[in-house]
Amino acid sequence: MRLAFGAGAVVGVLAPAVGFFLVQRRQSLIGDGIGHVAFAGVALGILFGVSPVLTALVAAVVGGVAVELLRSRGGAAGDQALALVFYSGLALGVVFVSRAGALNVNLFQYLFGSILTVTRGDLALIATLGAVGLASVALLYRALAAVVLDEEGARVAGVPIGALNIAVATLAAVTVALSMRVVGILLVAALMVLPVSAASRVAWSMRSTLLLGIAIGLVSALVGLTISYYADLPPGGTIVLVAAASFGVGAMIGSLRGR
Amino acid sequence: MPLAADLRDVSFGYRPGQRVLEHVDLSIEEGEFVAVAGPNGGGKTTLIRIVLGLERPTVGRAFLFAEPAHRSSRRRRVGYLAQRSEPGGDAPATVSEVVSAGTLRPGALFGRMHGRDRELVERAIARVGLSDMAHTPVRALSGGMQQRAFIAKALAADPSLLVMDEPTTGVDAESQESLAALLDELHSELGVTIVYVSHEFGAVEHFVQRVVLVRRTIVFDGSPDDLPGMWHDPSHVHV
Repeated sequence: MRLAFGAGAVVGVLAPAVGFFLVQRRQSLIGDGIGHVAFAGVALGILFGVSPVLTALVAAVVGGVAVELLRSRGGAAGDQALALVFYSGLALGVVFVSRAGALNVNLFQYLFGSILTVTRGDLALIATLGAVGLASVALLYRALAAVVLDEEGARVAGVPIGALNIAVATLAAVTVALSMRVVGILLVAALMVLPVSAASRVAWSMRSTLLLGIAIGLVSALVGLTISYYADLPPGGTIVLVAAASFGVGAMIGSLRGR
Repeated sequence: MPLAADLRDVSFGYRPGQRVLEHVDLSIEEGEFVAVAGPNGGGKTTLIRIVLGLERPTVGRAFLFAEPAHRSSRRRRVGYLAQRSEPGGDAPATVSEVVSAGTLRPGALFGRMHGRDRELVERAIARVGLSDMAHTPVRALSGGMQQRAFIAKALAADPSLLVMDEPTTGVDAESQESLAALLDELHSELGVTIVYVSHEFGAVEHFVQRVVLVRRTIVFDGSPDDLPGMWHDPSHVHV
């Protein structure tokens, strides 16, 4: 259980830290789409007997970068190209998993999370990549925030927008792959988006939105795990429901304050 | 004087066969205060986007400080106020956060803001009179104050060229007057080159040295004093 709390804490902090930039760029559902592609990676790992977390990480990064390149072309065609990547990922996953004869409980731990089966090795990987992810967010915050506020202005100044966007897509992909064991592919995006949405209802600046979002993500993960332990509920779903409840509370406080 | 911007026989269309601009020749010297005016849809914003290197000419060449506009090394010293500016994102960005975004440039992308950039941000906020509201979310301000925050963002780049696209849209008459006075101050005291784009330029007419009227091509380029009477409202300009 201690390992579960450790993994939950890392993901609870990292997911909203990266999700913050997706929400600000109105790309809240990109995490969900990357999850679809990560599913193909999981299936590929099961099919070839390689670590599914590793193959999911590779698939998610490739998918995330592809999605960013397609998105940057813009327009309706760009939107349809995203759908093509997302659903092809999901379909590939179904075909690979079926081929491996693994349409069973083993697959469910990736779809819905299985934080209670996290090993010391898993936790070490999650903590290391989580620390790298958070350090990247801290390093890139100034540039990413400025691009969110005025992308055109940053482009005029010669800021490498494309490279920064790819950095965000890669961070999102790593977060999806890491969060898979905690909340599952199907619920990853929720932990990236809901704490940030809750925070933006009550925060007083961009920076406070990010920090409050991280705090809400962490509390959601720890409280959700605790509730799931005592009430014998699935941890992933419970964590996300706590995050959803925090959004409700945030919206209520925001409306009381007239925001 | 060296040229801040130089367009040579530029034509442009957003898709093949389309002509938003045709055969545009325009040179803006460093230190000039130029109003680019003309009717809505006449190509003013497109012309400015080409000057800034945001679009590349279909035909012809565009230079910014004597280098190809899209890769000019001096783009970092350009302050740009886009049309209908408002903070992107969902989070309640403060005046200080919006203005800080103006200091972003290649070579200063990572980590915390340094002392000189902080100073530029504080000075820019003070110059537009928003020091008391530096930590107020921009969306909580009036339209005129929001526009001042974005002007401060453009100033935080410590610009040698300031480009403003329709800066008075949605701004009351009093704010328009104070914007015009601020631009005059920047131009006369700091020698900043200013390109002021608008479909009407009443507020700055007394300060600008040169008016360029655009309707797909340049139909007038000269002193405001030489403008024929009917053209003082450029929305009525006909080719």
